[in-house]
Amino acid sequence: MQGYIYPNEFELHWSILVVVYPYVTGLVAGAFILASLERVFNVKEVQPTYRLALLTALAFLLVAPLPLLAHLGHPLRSYEIFLTPNRQSAMAMFGFVYAWYLMVVLLLEIWFDYRKDLVLWARQEKGLTRWIHYALTLGATDLSPRALSFDERMGRWITIIGIPSAFLLHGYVGFIFGSVKANPWWSSVLMPVVFLFSAIVSGIALVLIIYMVSAMLRWKPVDMKCVDKLAAFLFYAMVVDFSLEMLDFIHRLYESEESIEILSQMIESRLFISLIVLQVALGTLLPMITLGLTAPALSKRSAVKLPDELKRLIYLGSAILVQIGIFSIRWNVVIGGQLFSKSLRGLTVYKLELFGVEGLLAAAALLILPFVILWVLVKILPPWPEAEAKLPRAEDDSGAVTGAVPLR
Amino acid sequence: MNPSERDPAREESTRPTQEVDRREFLKACSLLAPIILGVVRVPLLNAQESEGDDYDPSEHFYAMGIDVDKCIGCGQCVVACGTENDVPDEPYFFNTWVERYLIRTDGEVEVDSPNGGMEGFPPTTAEGDIRRSFFVPKLCNHCANPPCVQVCPVGATFKTEDGVVLVDDEYCIGCRYCIQACPYGARWLDPEKHVAAKCTFCYHRIVEGLVPACVEVCPTGARIFGEVERRATPLARFMRFNEVQVLKPHLNTEPKAYYANLDGEVR
Amino acid sequence: MAKFDPFRGTRVPQQVPRLVAVFAVAIIGLLVARYFLVPDTFGQLGHYRAAALDTIVAHEKKYAGQQACQLCHFQIMQKRLAGNHKGVGCESCHGPAATHVSDPAQIKPSIPSEREFCLRCHEYSPSRPTGFPQIDPVRHNPMSFCSNCHDPHAPEPPVIPGQCSACHGQIARQKAVSHHAGLECTTCHEAPEEHKVTPRLVRPTKPTERSFCGGCHARDADSPPHIPRINLRLHNPRYVCWQCHYPHYPETP
Repeated sequence: MQGYIYPNEFELHWSILVVVYPYVTGLVAGAFILASLERVFNVKEVQPTYRLALLTALAFLLVAPLPLLAHLGHPLRSYEIFLTPNRQSAMAMFGFVYAWYLMVVLLLEIWFDYRKDLVLWARQEKGLTRWIHYALTLGATDLSPRALSFDERMGRWITIIGIPSAFLLHGYVGFIFGSVKANPWWSSVLMPVVFLFSAIVSGIALVLIIYMVSAMLRWKPVDMKCVDKLAAFLFYAMVVDFSLEMLDFIHRLYESEESIEILSQMIESRLFISLIVLQVALGTLLPMITLGLTAPALSKRSAVKLPDELKRLIYLGSAILVQIGIFSIRWNVVIGGQLFSKSLRGLTVYKLELFGVEGLLAAAALLILPFVILWVLVKILPPWPEAEAKLPRAEDDSGAVTGAVPLR
Repeated sequence: MNPSERDPAREESTRPTQEVDRREFLKACSLLAPIILGVVRVPLLNAQESEGDDYDPSEHFYAMGIDVDKCIGCGQCVVACGTENDVPDEPYFFNTWVERYLIRTDGEVEVDSPNGGMEGFPPTTAEGDIRRSFFVPKLCNHCANPPCVQVCPVGATFKTEDGVVLVDDEYCIGCRYCIQACPYGARWLDPEKHVAAKCTFCYHRIVEGLVPACVEVCPTGARIFGEVERRATPLARFMRFNEVQVLKPHLNTEPKAYYANLDGEVR
Repeated sequence: MAKFDPFRGTRVPQQVPRLVAVFAVAIIGLLVARYFLVPDTFGQLGHYRAAALDTIVAHEKKYAGQQACQLCHFQIMQKRLAGNHKGVGCESCHGPAATHVSDPAQIKPSIPSEREFCLRCHEYSPSRPTGFPQIDPVRHNPMSFCSNCHDPHAPEPPVIPGQCSACHGQIARQKAVSHHAGLECTTCHEAPEEHKVTPRLVRPTKPTERSFCGGCHARDADSPPHIPRINLRLHNPRYVCWQCHYPHYPETP
């Protein structure tokens, strides 16, 4: 503690769990926007990651509310947010934005995209997996060309709705912080936009990591065109994200309001490592420079010619650095916003616990959990191109297949 | 009963004044009953008219005035508030607290509030170097435009018709968004109930026509509680004869804690 | 080939009714839950549970309020209201007394007698407002109980002018180490008798003429030679001296 803080500010109210929450939602929004690149904007190179990105988004979305629930003083009362939402409250909209995104966007898109495969898998398999796949079809087993083209059209429309929804999901998280006028570190109209672009950065980087690691684990070759394109998009997103953050920074510095003194003190002392070193130097500038040099981002060819193996290693390293950087951004927003007193006269400290509900281990568990869920999802809904079931020829003109799944 | 035969333990706690009081009480009851009844009806400095059982919130609109020039930093308000509202002793949280400002001759500002001022303040260092110094009591401002109520996701904190911002202990989910949204640091999380807690203007007292505990015990009249919209109240007089300010007016929270003689360094 | 297909020939694909059913179940479930779970009194007065007010109002009082005290302690109350502690509520010193009011015979409020209690208000602090009675506990009758000399229900004001420092401690302390240490308060101020009773309403006087300070500090003043001099006619003639110089702690030339 240094200077004067209001006596009630002795305790920090939003802990590491609230850092995990925007980090995870950011990954969801980012992964979804990457998936929509293929579907809406027809970027064919990233096609191998399309289904993987959707499943990643779903796995992380399922975990997103958990840190918030664990953080509540009364988790069992959380249903009240659906019963009596206060329409004035940014946070009250969480339940609705979340439900909309989960039910209407992500699950529907995955369902329409996988339905044909689900039906065919159910026909070909035996035992438990067959019944799981059949249950997931909801009994809609029509594989007529008309039904399949309906799937295709709906998938496209949902993606088109999904892009603004993903923007809403994460922009809204930014708004939760950006609209707190009592807190000069948070209160900024740019906050939702900065959150959004950092979300895109983190989502692309995450899918890049998962794609490369999963290919390695499955002993499959990595599609170099695909990762080159991902790296290029990662670079573009980072440039936009970094420009927005710099704009916010310069704007604050130039306006130099009442709070500037205490905020500069905070950056120079409490946030030096997490903001200057981790967020800006290691998490943004270093990967941006390496990606800019190695990925075919600025022209059709990379600025530096490198063998594919080395390039993959650099992409993977950069993507991991980006994750560290984005986590630091969330940390600096959430924790940083509580390290200075609202009296603007002093700084406090955050003591991170190791154990306990709000401790480091709980946060780590919540960050590992999506990968476990993703593993299960991949088992049920394999996203790999070779797993895609081929439509039997007979089906093409036989029309609808309904009722119980016919045996092979 | 002979005084010398009395229980020594009782003896110790019994002081002459009490004996006088008891006698006075009997005398007063027998001889001065009409006068007592008369005096009871005379409104005291900060007291309001008793409303009895039929309390109607629409007839009231409460606020508090604070005369910085009268605060002596004794901390009695902090103690009384803690007692009256069962504020936990450890760790320390405060519905109200007192800040001490020391503005040095070079313009440097030092602020402190050890334990919210509950146990008073340690002696000042380098006394000759002080340009000015004063105490400022702080509490929930019961804003007319409260950001804490705006952000509550479930409607567990609310503004009553008589102008008091309260928390519903049985409905609060403990998300702490309201604590983040309060610009004045007036809210805290109850470590036992796990819900947001704050100053209630002693709502259970004011509906009975009493004043909040902090106002009841303030020895110098630095806190003036009352109705804003009536002409004949101590608060109305306070606001007539002082230039009043509110804290952080640029945030447009429209606070209802009105400060007289407030220094510009206070925030 | 003649399989039963209710949607064959219609324009609605098979997926639609299945999804509609799933969503309908979810939405109806939510509405039913909402119907049963929203508290009865929610929304009666605003976007909150009106019953919460009953819980809050039912909170137990600890402080009875001085209106309750005067019902029994009438004379002592009258005495206090006439004296310098007229604004000090009974429970300010005697502590919370709601239990005493409900059971006067068994439960007695505290009667603080130690010096530390009175010093919470009356110990000297430069942050306290000017004019508030304050003492230096080390010098002011140490080891003696305050109530030995002062009646807490009607404390006597100090005798002026000898004890101006009782209320004006900060001025007294500064003056004592300044070049004006030798001057009495009465040299420059006259304090009417009422100032002791209502100090904020009746104020002591201040010098209004430049010539008053000039009595010592003018070029031709009849005063000891080490005292700093100015030309009274040319030195900022539009101001009275104390508008710039602080006489209780004048700057060293």
